[in-house]
Amino acid sequence: MTMPYYVAPEQVMKDRAEYAQKGIARGRSLIGVAYDAGILLVAENPARTLHKISEIYDRIAFAGVGKYNEFDQLRVAGIRHADTKGYAYSRDDVDARSLANLYAQHLGQVFTHEMKPLEVEILVAELGPTPEANRLYHIAYDGTVVDEQRSTVLGGEADTIAARLERAFVEGWGLGAAIAACVQCLAGPERTLGVGDLEVAILHSGNGRRAFRRIEGDELAGLLREGGPTAE
Amino acid sequence: MSIYLFPAGEDPGASFAELIQRVRPAAGPLPADRVHLDMPHATTIAALRFSSGVVMAGDRRATEGVSIAHRAMEKVFAADRFSAVAIAGTAGPAIEMVRLFQTQLEHYEKVEGTTLSLEGKANQLSQMVRSHLPMAMQGLAVVPLFAGWDELRKVGRIFTYDVTGGRYEEADFHATGSGGRDAKTTIKLGFREGMSRLEAVDLALEALFQAADEDAATGGPDPVRGIYPIVATVGAEGFATVPDEEIAARFAIYLDRRAEARRGTGTEGGRPITGGDPS
Repeated sequence: MTMPYYVAPEQVMKDRAEYAQKGIARGRSLIGVAYDAGILLVAENPARTLHKISEIYDRIAFAGVGKYNEFDQLRVAGIRHADTKGYAYSRDDVDARSLANLYAQHLGQVFTHEMKPLEVEILVAELGPTPEANRLYHIAYDGTVVDEQRSTVLGGEADTIAARLERAFVEGWGLGAAIAACVQCLAGPERTLGVGDLEVAILHSGNGRRAFRRIEGDELAGLLREGGPTAE
Repeated sequence: MSIYLFPAGEDPGASFAELIQRVRPAAGPLPADRVHLDMPHATTIAALRFSSGVVMAGDRRATEGVSIAHRAMEKVFAADRFSAVAIAGTAGPAIEMVRLFQTQLEHYEKVEGTTLSLEGKANQLSQMVRSHLPMAMQGLAVVPLFAGWDELRKVGRIFTYDVTGGRYEEADFHATGSGGRDAKTTIKLGFREGMSRLEAVDLALEALFQAADEDAATGGPDPVRGIYPIVATVGAEGFATVPDEEIAARFAIYLDRRAEARRGTGTEGGRPITGGDPS
């Protein structure tokens, strides 16, 4: 009869974290950042229809990096949560914080109890009534939640990109400048990213009840030109 | 609240109605002995096509038996950006159905990343009316009217329903509710192919006026309180409500013309003012 080997819990967690990090690092990164009229989300994503960024509710957007099928399932669960909550109570009662907590609990649960952790990192962005009330909830594969107000970076190269973004960030910058800077930060010094490599969306209060809007094609190209090359 | 994840075979997909049944089973039909006929009822609604879209209108009165329950009830709603829904029948379940329908359309759009076709939306509403049949059998009928801009065919289209969920497409116009018959006749007499938006709005207002004239449960314009029918248009640029001030002004013109016609001093040379008092 064979005895199961003893593996220390620390080792189990370390292995799982490593596994998840490796999976996430295979994909491209994503930036969420505040600009003068709302929140901007920019992802490197050459796919046209497999979105990394999408709408959850009136003022809430979702973004995910890592394994597509896993974060897409979380995206749908988020829409379900928001819509059932808004239907049962009122549209005003749907908030990003409770959704972020729900995601965190789920990711934490899967990380500790399931065979395989989810290889995803997600962002729940909420447009507040004032710029100070904007929220970016960054949730990691193990359920860790970080609440940011200005900017956050998701993905394998998050630290490098965040350092670049820190240098480029200007408080209250316009949409064109913000997009151009985010694209440069994602690309780094050696690469350039074109319209076809990007997925861009905004949460903007000027859009009416549903603040989410994608920026694509000619409009994106125009904004990139307008933002111009920023000094690194 | 828990996270709504389902195994592949049991996933409700993009259907909000199915999801809500799964996570919060609805209360069954009301017991028959608890149903009273004196529930608030919404009355007359009408829709007609014009050259570049559809107009949908509803009066503001809700009745409870022979008394007026609400004077300023809304019966015309935006279902989504390119469609409108109006309700007649028992107000409570009707408003609930509209809320479910609106949520369903937006839910589908967000989950699938694309909007339903106009026909798809009309069929969704048909399923909701059908699932309401047990309550309709107890006297709590809901009869919606659905209209919108078909983005594929570039035309405005109107759909009507019966209590069993039967869905019928109307070629040009329809009206329903207790004053529906009078409203429909008025539209029938005044309808022309290729009307402008303003002509269509005028005709819808005239139809509601005539319905209010004949049907006690339909409210007419109320300039004292500033309550006017809700009129909405849906065209290529989406759903828009006609502002109250515009409705008030159109009604004032209409009433002047009617008064002139009655005095015999009408300056209208061409088309007789439909609904002019025959006496």
